[in-house]
Amino acid sequence: MKLKWGLVDIAIVIYALIPVLWIVSLSFKDPSTITDGSFIPTKWTFDNYTGIFQNDDFTRGLVNSIGIGLISTFIAIVFGTMAAYAIARLAFPGKKLLVGFSLLIAMFPQISLVTPLFQIERSLGLFNTWLGLILPYITFALPLTIYTLAAFFKEIPWELEKAAKMDGATPYQAFWHVIVPLAAPGMVTTAILTFIMCWNDFLFAISLTSSNAARTAPATISFFTGSSQFEDPTGSIAAAAVVITIPIVIFVLFFQRRIVAGLTSGAVKG
Amino acid sequence: MSARTEGARAERKLGLWLAAPAAVIMVAVTGWPIVYSFLLSLQRADLRFPEQQAWIGFENYGTVLSSPYWWNAFWVTLLITVVSVAFELVLGMLLAIAMYRTLVGRGLVRTVVLIPYGIVTVAAAYGWKYAWTPGTGWLANLLPDGTAPLTEQWPAIGIIIVAEIWKTTPFMALLLMAGLAVVPEELLRAASMDGATGWQRFTKVTLPLMKPAILVALLFRTLDAFRIFDNIYVLTNGAQNTSSVSIIAYHNLIGGLNLGIGSTMSVLILITVAIIAFVFIKIFGASAPGSERR
Amino acid sequence: MAEIVLNGVTKRYADGTLAVDHFDLDIADHEFIILVGPSGCGKSTTLNMIAGLEDISSGDLLIDGERVNDKAPRDRDIAMVFQSYALYPHMTVGENIAFPLKLAKVPAADITKRVQEAASMLDLTPYLDRKPANLSGGQRQRVAMGRAIVRSPKAFLMDEPLSNLDAKLRVQMRTTISRLQKNLGTTTIYVTHDQTEAMTLGDRIVLMRSGLVQQIGPPQELYDHPRNLFVAGFIGSPAMNFLPATVTPEALRTDAGDIPYGTRLRRALADHDVPPEVIVGIRPEAFQTEEVPGGASFTDTVDIVESLGAEKLAYFSLSVGAITSDHLADTAAFDADGQPQIVARLDPACDPREGRELTIWFSPDDVHLFDPSSGANLTEQNA
Repeated sequence: MKLKWGLVDIAIVIYALIPVLWIVSLSFKDPSTITDGSFIPTKWTFDNYTGIFQNDDFTRGLVNSIGIGLISTFIAIVFGTMAAYAIARLAFPGKKLLVGFSLLIAMFPQISLVTPLFQIERSLGLFNTWLGLILPYITFALPLTIYTLAAFFKEIPWELEKAAKMDGATPYQAFWHVIVPLAAPGMVTTAILTFIMCWNDFLFAISLTSSNAARTAPATISFFTGSSQFEDPTGSIAAAAVVITIPIVIFVLFFQRRIVAGLTSGAVKG
Repeated sequence: MSARTEGARAERKLGLWLAAPAAVIMVAVTGWPIVYSFLLSLQRADLRFPEQQAWIGFENYGTVLSSPYWWNAFWVTLLITVVSVAFELVLGMLLAIAMYRTLVGRGLVRTVVLIPYGIVTVAAAYGWKYAWTPGTGWLANLLPDGTAPLTEQWPAIGIIIVAEIWKTTPFMALLLMAGLAVVPEELLRAASMDGATGWQRFTKVTLPLMKPAILVALLFRTLDAFRIFDNIYVLTNGAQNTSSVSIIAYHNLIGGLNLGIGSTMSVLILITVAIIAFVFIKIFGASAPGSERR
Repeated sequence: MAEIVLNGVTKRYADGTLAVDHFDLDIADHEFIILVGPSGCGKSTTLNMIAGLEDISSGDLLIDGERVNDKAPRDRDIAMVFQSYALYPHMTVGENIAFPLKLAKVPAADITKRVQEAASMLDLTPYLDRKPANLSGGQRQRVAMGRAIVRSPKAFLMDEPLSNLDAKLRVQMRTTISRLQKNLGTTTIYVTHDQTEAMTLGDRIVLMRSGLVQQIGPPQELYDHPRNLFVAGFIGSPAMNFLPATVTPEALRTDAGDIPYGTRLRRALADHDVPPEVIVGIRPEAFQTEEVPGGASFTDTVDIVESLGAEKLAYFSLSVGAITSDHLADTAAFDADGQPQIVARLDPACDPREGRELTIWFSPDDVHLFDPSSGANLTEQNA
């Protein structure tokens, strides 16, 4: 029995890791061996990495990705927390509408927004700016934050807030001393999920930008024509792909338990 | 009906204030663009020929709906959606059971499985692309010489589906695992006392109880798969008739700068997505998450 | 310490449901009041309205003569113990108890002293640094009590505080609460659905049903003089026996046998407009196996005997006719299928045998007579 599960586990690990290891391997291949098709590099080099970090477009793309991702995440978490708390705890008109509308956006095909946003942002001067990407990112992150956080809030027993009220707390004190400490893990989880979502985006990033002023790292990679003099960008693209993947993988490994809880809470408990 | 009391009124006010910023942003960023998109779809609007802009009613819809490229993209998108979601459901279920039941290296498995979820889609797509590129790729080298799968329609679609399945199965598995956790262990023990085999316990007890979780996971993954863009953009960029609807809408906009046609496609995609969601919610009875009150 | 007065307090929800209907009650200083009733009777809503956690739709709530309807909970100076205890999981026991004092900006040295006092009163001193998750159910319950008593509030509100404890601990905590309340003398309002808790703890019981107060009085009064069918059926365990009866000139005629009119029943017939068909109520403990002079008797086959050591319960198989009165819904007077069975609570010395016939005697003065339509107790003066 143990052996059987062991084998299953090994299969899963192989499934998840092989494609990742392949691109890591590719990124360490010397240009002369890059087309040898070997799974393990025959000649190792760091040139691909030094190359991409000397490429201004890529470093600028990283800065854009981090900046836009952090700002979008922060705003989405603040507004999402407010709305989620209202949905989980308060009775107000339009609550069902808000829940339904968030759901609609979660299902919304982004491409349907790209065409009108392209035109609207050009006329408003938001095209190819950070704000031009932050706005759609917040919009598509909000349903995720609202659902996940509302699920976390609902897990905090209602009676704790009543108890705080009875203990003499103002609504603000109850929120600060009781709700926030208990919701903090949920907010961290949601923030990570939101950041991953923004970091991952490609469609808006290539559609609503035209230069490295706002183009994020994944979009930058798709414009690689070779980091330096090398003709073939394969090694550079592989190295860049590894670089933009590493922070996410570290996040994921570090917060594994919380991410699993966050991903599933919104879907199951609603 | 008595008048609303002080506390209830204060609660309504607080609720509205807290919900307002999120609601305003969501409506502002989606509401007007959708309307605008619909208006654009009724116009001849090509940025290369701005002087020809005019209201033309539903002519763009006629153009798109009679275009073989649109229908090819539509069927390719549908095929990718159905095949990848079907595989994801089966693989995801196996993965979920493995993660839920395994005792050996449980933490390791649950962590490793998150890597495909966390990896940037574009980065993974490049990995798949190079793996199947003749000469460069370790997978391509397993094929007979002279085959270049990404340059032929069906093999390319197959690779797109594999890339999609690899990336999103873990997410499906996590949703299903949460569904598995909803099934009380005691119920399964009761079923085995009643003489049910392992397979019967799964099909007669576990699956029916998981139905809501399965439907929600299917709904979200189906809609997500239908808007597939990143993988195709990197792997083939729509060559050899492998475009999805998102890809051709994008090319009409950025490549063709034809806002009228691009908007028409946007509207048609939106309608298709709405139909899929409607089918899931009304016919299969998937309950929208969060629909219950406090 | 406080007097609490409820004047026509009413709770009506937005959808029109009436949860509490014109609740009138004067609670004296130091008094221990029990709100009891079946689930959904409005007792918790009433408590929440006193706490300030729910709005009062109409009527007045006065604490020490001051109308507090519109005051926030923190301005009412009352403490509450919740059914789930509602301990803050991220705070230690000490921090939990200190929380209300901290919010009231009590000086730190004072807080420490008062937390220590409260902890020693409740035997919690060794646990002050633990988190609630590492405590047993009984300990958590005591922490919740500690948090309530630490700031010496005007009143304690308790919402089924013992219902999450096992039976043995519940009895133990019941005496703890009773002793604590007597020592502190703090006005206490206690909600429960358990009639044993209600009988043992309170100075006075308020029995509620469907938002309406049924009877208010000391426990013994509710037991001896239930005002109506519902009170009679709710208070007492095992519940009172109810039989349909016909009023004839000679006696009360029931399926189990005739009951002669004693002085009490005669007075009831004289004082009230008694309908021809009535419901007779006799407590299980009113029966005995020895003959009662001038009394009545039923003879029937014993169905089941339950020996409880200090007493024996004999269930009779005789069908005494179905009673259809919704006044008895929600009481323990009926088993699930609605067939009334006569139960007698007998001395352990007697020896009823299952399947044998047994004659049980009772005095007609122990018989209650109820009007089936209004539910009123016709043998009570004030009915």
